[in-house]
Amino acid sequence: MANAHSHDSHDAGHGSVKSYAIGFILSVILTVIPFGLVMYPTLPKAMTLWIVLIFAVVQVLVHLVYFLHLDRSAAQRNNVIAFVFAAIVIVLLVGLSLWIMFSIHTNMMAH
Amino acid sequence: MSNLVTNAGHTHVDGHGHDDHHHDSGEMTVFGFWLYLMTDCILFASIFAVYAVLVNNVAGGPSGADIFELPYVLGETALLLFSSITYGFAMLALFKGKKSQVLGWLGMTFLLGAGFIAMEINEFHLLISEGYGPSRSGFLSGFFTLVGTHGLHVTSGLIWMAIMMYQVQKNGLTATNKTRLSCLSLFWHFLDVVWICVFTVVYLMGTM
Repeated sequence: MANAHSHDSHDAGHGSVKSYAIGFILSVILTVIPFGLVMYPTLPKAMTLWIVLIFAVVQVLVHLVYFLHLDRSAAQRNNVIAFVFAAIVIVLLVGLSLWIMFSIHTNMMAH
Repeated sequence: MSNLVTNAGHTHVDGHGHDDHHHDSGEMTVFGFWLYLMTDCILFASIFAVYAVLVNNVAGGPSGADIFELPYVLGETALLLFSSITYGFAMLALFKGKKSQVLGWLGMTFLLGAGFIAMEINEFHLLISEGYGPSRSGFLSGFFTLVGTHGLHVTSGLIWMAIMMYQVQKNGLTATNKTRLSCLSLFWHFLDVVWICVFTVVYLMGTM
């Protein structure tokens, strides 16, 4: 849990002004750059798409670490396991659904 | 008789050992809430998948690039991001035991969240009044479902936050209130994480 009161990791459990500030500044950078690239296109489209996607993934990780306080401490272990499990389910759910639906779409168009 | 004693013992633990109580069931409550959030992730993932399937079905209507205004979305994003850090400061004040600071930061978080919702309602209102409501095309159905579900979550968070401000005002920073504020903290930051996915997949990729 985010605010685990285990005595040995008291500070790590619920962050500090510094950790929130770091998370906030990283988030601002990771938000402004993709918006800027899409609003004022300067790079090739494929490259812009990859940068936007990668920045989103990195920003999600920044939020998980600095705001939701997921880390490798013992107090967080169950939360991390639950999150990893959910992430696997999501990758399978979204990935396979899109695969199926776009396959159907392509096959229907062929006829 | 032994049952009676056992029960009485339990009642005693529940009623009094506040600190132990917090460490045991408070942490379990927050972990349970985290598990709920993981299922909520899967709900959002399903809606994202639906949106991705429908996004090209514009049925002769507008596509994302025609109706999205990125500066406006950037404003919404800023409100939500600021509300994340102000909630973080509320949690820091909570662990320092400073009630008035907790209330102040919660109030600011509430206003920022309410601003976000107001902007979203305005956006939906404009789209619908131009005839681009959810029934216009598959793309717009997916858009309103996805962004609307996130908006409903934020609205629930705001109601919860208002209730917590009342409870903190009335009862102070009790163990129960700490547990509840910890759950709301997870909920609020989680919604910001979902919004990152929304502005990336819907608005940015839709405009490109």
